[in-house]
Amino acid sequence: MKNMRFLIIAFLILLPTVSRAADDSYGYPIPDSYAATILGTPDQLKPELTKEVPVKKLVLDLIPNLNKPDIFFYDDGLHFSLALQKQKAPLVFLIPGTGSNDTTPRLLSLIKVLYNSGYHVITLPNPTHPNFIISGSHSHVPGDLTEDAADIYWAMENVWNKVKGDIEVSDFYLVGYSLGGTEAAFVAKLDEERKTFNFHKVLMINPAVSLFNSVSRIEGLLDKIPGGPRRIGVFFNKIVAKFAEFHRTGDFIDINDEVLFEAYKADLLNKDEAGGLIGLTFRINSAGMIFASDMMTNSGYVVPKNKALGNSDSVHDYFWVCLHLSFLDYFNEYFFPYFQKMRPGLTKEALIDSLSLKSIEGYLKSSSKFGVMTNENEFILAPGELDYLRQLFGDRTKVYPRGGHLGNMEYRDNMAFIVGFLKK
Amino acid sequence: MSITIRRVKLLILALILTLSVAGCATITASHPPEVPAMHTVSEFKDDDYVVRIADPWEGFNRRMYKFNYNLDKYFFNPVVSGYEFITPTFVQTGVTNFYNNVGEVRTLYNSLFQAKVKKSLLTLGRFVTNSTIGIGGLFDPATSFGLERQKEDFGQTLRVWGVGSGPYLVLPILGPNTVRSASGFAVDAGIRYAIISAIDPFENIKGKDGIEVGISTLEAIDMRHKESFRYYGSGDPFEYYMVRFIYSEKSEFLNKK
Repeated sequence: MKNMRFLIIAFLILLPTVSRAADDSYGYPIPDSYAATILGTPDQLKPELTKEVPVKKLVLDLIPNLNKPDIFFYDDGLHFSLALQKQKAPLVFLIPGTGSNDTTPRLLSLIKVLYNSGYHVITLPNPTHPNFIISGSHSHVPGDLTEDAADIYWAMENVWNKVKGDIEVSDFYLVGYSLGGTEAAFVAKLDEERKTFNFHKVLMINPAVSLFNSVSRIEGLLDKIPGGPRRIGVFFNKIVAKFAEFHRTGDFIDINDEVLFEAYKADLLNKDEAGGLIGLTFRINSAGMIFASDMMTNSGYVVPKNKALGNSDSVHDYFWVCLHLSFLDYFNEYFFPYFQKMRPGLTKEALIDSLSLKSIEGYLKSSSKFGVMTNENEFILAPGELDYLRQLFGDRTKVYPRGGHLGNMEYRDNMAFIVGFLKK
Repeated sequence: MSITIRRVKLLILALILTLSVAGCATITASHPPEVPAMHTVSEFKDDDYVVRIADPWEGFNRRMYKFNYNLDKYFFNPVVSGYEFITPTFVQTGVTNFYNNVGEVRTLYNSLFQAKVKKSLLTLGRFVTNSTIGIGGLFDPATSFGLERQKEDFGQTLRVWGVGSGPYLVLPILGPNTVRSASGFAVDAGIRYAIISAIDPFENIKGKDGIEVGISTLEAIDMRHKESFRYYGSGDPFEYYMVRFIYSEKSEFLNKK
């Protein structure tokens, strides 16, 4: 379903503080970082695209002898989306953010812009998306940047083998946003050894520097809701009621972007509520991730070990449990023990350090193929991390004055920058 | 009821049976004993649930959800892609407009049932405009004249009359519903059948049953063509609950109007 997460957010929304046009030449209109993250870019400020994009789906069986629980009967392999040019053209691989796949409107926009600029485009789900966990990951435990990068690379090689007879490619490029941006760096590093693609340029859009820091910061947004993270149900109900009341009293016919922007202008939500909503959206994504991983590994984390779940069995209790588990819970109780078993002697600190761009900074510094696009008010970065990016990538770091986390990615200047960076 | 219609019904029944049986063909192997999970729902019972719709038939509903997925996969998706491939876009729009225009009748009598005067007049205006200037509903000039399309059905009429929504119900083909909306659908279908029988637009035409079946089939294809939702399309293991939530909230929001 195309816009499901968007719809969920739509039912919730909106936001603090009216925008007063900031005094600079940058035209993205929403100053508040949380509001920008939730609202994104108004349609009239997105680039105008002329060509219709023929997006094709491709499903590949990548893991031999995959033992899949009945409840995932619909998962028939890893899902790719392809928009291919008829003539010879450069090819961009796109990696979306946490829990996202090709049903994410933001990713579709990126596909359209790149295709319209003359690129072949291929996307795959993020390694934290259930489809990737089930059908793309060899361990079925997402979050380790090095392992996930190897799985991504394997998937890319496979899809390339499938299409290379049908298209002509001049050069390969790699673009990732959010967690996908961080992963892109690790994929590029692997490519230096394997050399299947020899990526010409790699663009990281709003990446995390340290996964642990970024996810902790997003989780921290839930600390500010009344009663804290254990009361997300109460919080959610309150926001829905607020939005329903707003919708009822306003003269709205449908539920769409217009209602969201009106709610924003009316200051329907305060800053803490907007932040809580972002934290909650993250939890909804991570719930599917935790459940899928636990089912695939039969670890007994949220689902009893050896439990046979069929399609008609209710999984609501598991949904509720997963929604209430924080990233720290997942990290301490599931993720770290798993890798400790694999790599005896591994400490928590060492694992946390490995989940960061800093662990490969020598390589990143030495290569001129990287570029970064992010924002001054990007809240997933810890203090000092923006400066770190500037240090690491120098003048290949583009920092916009506002936009929060990905809120301005679809804005026309930003889209033009993305294309411009690849073309340079 | 004629032989042709009966044949179509048989075909649908056969399809339903085939798909249901396919769903049952799982092998039950002996499983090792279950071990309780590290976290259970009892830890999180103190938070408020986010459910506003009763779902006592979840098992049945989930089976229907899967049934619809298979129906899409083996029937609607190929048929709709074929339809989209062979018909030019303006023809598709014409078809959609035509069925929307037929649907105005449903909105009209239900607006009247609910004593919504403005909606009734608007809808009547649309129907007359599009049926005449819009050449039998193939075009939609009414919208460009500022007459926005309204939507009412008997399910909403029941709500206005004070009937509770009843439990969540996933129906074959139609998808997410409540007992109330499903009953409303049945009533609207009955009224439509009565109207068509009374007018009998194809009275003296040879092969009239064939035409009627064709019209209904095209309507089903148009319905699926308009709807971008795909069962299990999000790939999220909890999609069923999100769809249920969105369905209940959406009808709650829009019905308040």
